[in-house]
Amino acid sequence: MSGRSAREVNAGSFRWRAYLLFGLLACSAGALAWRAVDLQLVDNEFLLNKASKNFSRVATIAAHRGTITDRYGEPLAVSTPVDSVWVNPKELIQALSPATEGVAADSRPRLLGSDQLTRLAQALRMDRQELARRITSNADREFLYLARHRQPAEAQKIKALGIPGVYLAREYRRYYPSGEVTGHILGFTNIDDAGQEGLELAFDHWLAGEDGAKRVIQDRLGRIVQDVDSIRPARPGRDLVLSIDLRIQYLAYRELKAAIRKQRARAGSVVVMDVTTGEVLAMVNQPAYNPNDRDQLSPKTYRNRAITDIIEPGSSIKPFFVAAALASGKYHADSVIDTSPGYMKVGATIFEDEHGSLGRVNLATILAKSSNVGMGILALSLEPEQMWTTLTKFGFGQVTTSGFPGESAGLLSHYSHWRPVGIFTMSHGYGLSVTPLQLTHAYATLGAYGAAHPVSFLRVDGQPPGEQVIDASVSRDLIHLLESVVASEEGTGQLASIPGYRVSGKTGTAWKATTGGYSTDKYLAVFGGVAPATRPRLAAVVVIDEPGAGAYYGGQVAAPVFAEVVGGALRLMGVPPDEPIKSIEEMRPLQAAQGRPAPVRR
Amino acid sequence: MIYEEVTSGSRTRRTLTGTARMLLALKLDGPLLIGLSLVALYGLIVLYSASGQSLSMVGRAAIRLVMGGVAMLVLAQVNPNFLRRTSPWLYALGCVLLLIVDLTGYIGKGAQRWLDLGIVRFQPSELMKLAVPMMCAWYLHERPLPPSPLSLAVLTTLIFVPVAMVVAQPDLGTGMLIAIGGMLVIVLAGLQVRIIMALLGLAAIGAWIGWHFLHEYQRKRVLMFLDPQSDPLGAGYHTIQSQIAIGSGGPFGKGWMNGSQAQLEFLPERSTDFIFAVAGEEFGMLGLVILLLLYLFVVGRALYLAMQTQDTFARLLAGSLALTFFVYVFINAGMVSGLLPVVGVPLPLVSYGGTSMVTLLAGFGILMSLYSHRKLIGS
Repeated sequence: MSGRSAREVNAGSFRWRAYLLFGLLACSAGALAWRAVDLQLVDNEFLLNKASKNFSRVATIAAHRGTITDRYGEPLAVSTPVDSVWVNPKELIQALSPATEGVAADSRPRLLGSDQLTRLAQALRMDRQELARRITSNADREFLYLARHRQPAEAQKIKALGIPGVYLAREYRRYYPSGEVTGHILGFTNIDDAGQEGLELAFDHWLAGEDGAKRVIQDRLGRIVQDVDSIRPARPGRDLVLSIDLRIQYLAYRELKAAIRKQRARAGSVVVMDVTTGEVLAMVNQPAYNPNDRDQLSPKTYRNRAITDIIEPGSSIKPFFVAAALASGKYHADSVIDTSPGYMKVGATIFEDEHGSLGRVNLATILAKSSNVGMGILALSLEPEQMWTTLTKFGFGQVTTSGFPGESAGLLSHYSHWRPVGIFTMSHGYGLSVTPLQLTHAYATLGAYGAAHPVSFLRVDGQPPGEQVIDASVSRDLIHLLESVVASEEGTGQLASIPGYRVSGKTGTAWKATTGGYSTDKYLAVFGGVAPATRPRLAAVVVIDEPGAGAYYGGQVAAPVFAEVVGGALRLMGVPPDEPIKSIEEMRPLQAAQGRPAPVRR
Repeated sequence: MIYEEVTSGSRTRRTLTGTARMLLALKLDGPLLIGLSLVALYGLIVLYSASGQSLSMVGRAAIRLVMGGVAMLVLAQVNPNFLRRTSPWLYALGCVLLLIVDLTGYIGKGAQRWLDLGIVRFQPSELMKLAVPMMCAWYLHERPLPPSPLSLAVLTTLIFVPVAMVVAQPDLGTGMLIAIGGMLVIVLAGLQVRIIMALLGLAAIGAWIGWHFLHEYQRKRVLMFLDPQSDPLGAGYHTIQSQIAIGSGGPFGKGWMNGSQAQLEFLPERSTDFIFAVAGEEFGMLGLVILLLLYLFVVGRALYLAMQTQDTFARLLAGSLALTFFVYVFINAGMVSGLLPVVGVPLPLVSYGGTSMVTLLAGFGILMSLYSHRKLIGS
């Protein structure tokens, strides 16, 4: 460049500068071009990948959990669709307080000033301040639950407010139509639909669906713009058919609850089992809880006592010692034992029968009158190993095959540790512990003439072969002997009798172990048995814990519940009676039972 | 390439003689007008996509283009001698307005770039983009070239005062552009190599001192340029996302309105400062090369026009205007593609918003006037 004076002087300099400038210009253009090549050709693939990481996301498709039904298909646990309300805080903040551009600190007052937030808070039934706090303190997230498991109609109303960033997510919530009645068996799931207790937990893998996945495109604020494709469809959970018969379950629930109330007892359990298959037909406990109401969930109420709690069975264990005696060959059904003088000193301890000396009595009477001395003499005359083996074969001291979470094995010490006093106390049900389920299973094995069928909470089709744990003839003799407990004039279990059916069973009344020894005013009343005695179909155990209304014997407190539950169950199942109904008087309880409103269909 | 484009431009002139005559009467330069129109058209097409298919934004950009076109047309008619005489007054007016803006900004305790004139909001710093090189050219036009050290000192002051006021707004990007506009006049006027070296040294010292005057966010931008990955979600986000956008476009792009980075808003400032990345993502390398060639054609034609002018004022001013335009392109494209730190400089004629579009076209109007009136000057 030049002025008039400069032109001559600086022509060379001008040219040099022009070249320099053009050179710089070319270099700059070249640098930009090189940059374009570098980014768009060399790094293209890498940056494409980075770009897709920006917008490409995998979203889950909720799968619903399998249904649990009773043995006849009656639904016990179903998953129903519900909607959870969630918010994309980034998007909401940007929409409601646009000036801040994602600065959380000062977006809260602006959010609070928005009437859309007020309407959202009202619809959610939440406090405005709290809502604003939750949103702003998660301002850099793209997902935040505002409310879980709302009814679809209610959720739709929230959606209809049209507030940016507020979305619904389809989820499934578990409902238990029979509520308290099946609560202990089924357990429950948590808010994310995973099994937490009971069979929901035990069969979680079977019941849980597999969430599907789909690829979606989302923008910077995390809004899903488009579904691209499905990676994996949601696989719904599989259904589960239980062995439970809801009719019997309901019956057991009703009778146990009535008895607990009447006896002012602390707790109780009833287990009913199909002798021929080992299926659990009913299992109830008191106190019960409603699994539909999460507020009720406390371990005290949702514990399935029939499986997790161990009890000292008292005299209800006696039949299994008699079984050992019969199996030993030293005794037979008509053997006579001299129980006089009605007490017995073992080591430093004196044991006595409650109602004085019985003298020389047969096994049937020992069982019927529940003679502790007679049982003690019997047990001390046997080999400890043989008794232990018999008890073990009946399942004591081991967990059953139920697969129920938290099942207890009970306590049965090894015979090598047995001392005479211990053998004597065990023979009438102290110093060993069982679960009500275990005890029921032992009675069921007895009822199946010694064939132990595995305990099952699932419906068993056909008749599984049982493991023969004791001679069938021994079982037959014992079942016959146990009939006298219920049927004979002097039996302790007369209240367990069922019109039209012969019942074999055994009462038990145990002092409860407390700190510092056995309590003398807290009892556990038990009745276990099978029916009909001629060809047992059902085994059941009733446990009433700490009856507080005066009566406390198993024969007084537990036996009537057994009669109502098993009698009703036999009739519901159409098991033919094995005994003529004797009198109108005996008909009455039957009519009363049938006259009650039918709890279930069929 | 410039040469080829120019040839094709001249062919247009030959076939459309009626149009050519009309352009001559309007004192407009045909090839430059075509080049600018093509860039502007390209810009509108990209803007439609970058704005998220907003016709209203495209409409507003078109209105600004028309306003700029009118300004260009008006300024092309103005006699360069008049322009030269008004230069000091324009410069003085600009400085006063900047002072007012700075004072209102200081009182209002915040960033202040605008003067609200009721009907339109006016950005005095945009005026200075033209006024500073005009002032420098005015100062030099009757002085011996290359300028004496005293002249250099005066020129430096003339540039520094408005630039300081713009930077104080704070608007580092525009301040830098104004400074470059003025300095290009000095460089074109002629500097000895040792003075250029000395100035570079001074610039380094100035940068070191200036660092302490930078706002926190401005410093962050510079640091982030050096290592964007150190804070990928914070200050480095802009650069990283724009490079992802450009690079993922590949050689031929993802297609108009199909750029995931731009359409899903991962790319910040997609319709303003970072619109170059949208073009890169959707039209690929091919699109970027076409855009750069258009720019080069415009700059080349502008430089050609500048060379045809006869007097010092015209030549210095025209040369500065032409080169400043290219510097704008380079700074914006360089910042978007990660060559330069992030400074708020729009891509000329393509970025949405601001008065920069009007200023740029007004500058080209001045350039055309200087060219078309070249025979009138020289007395």
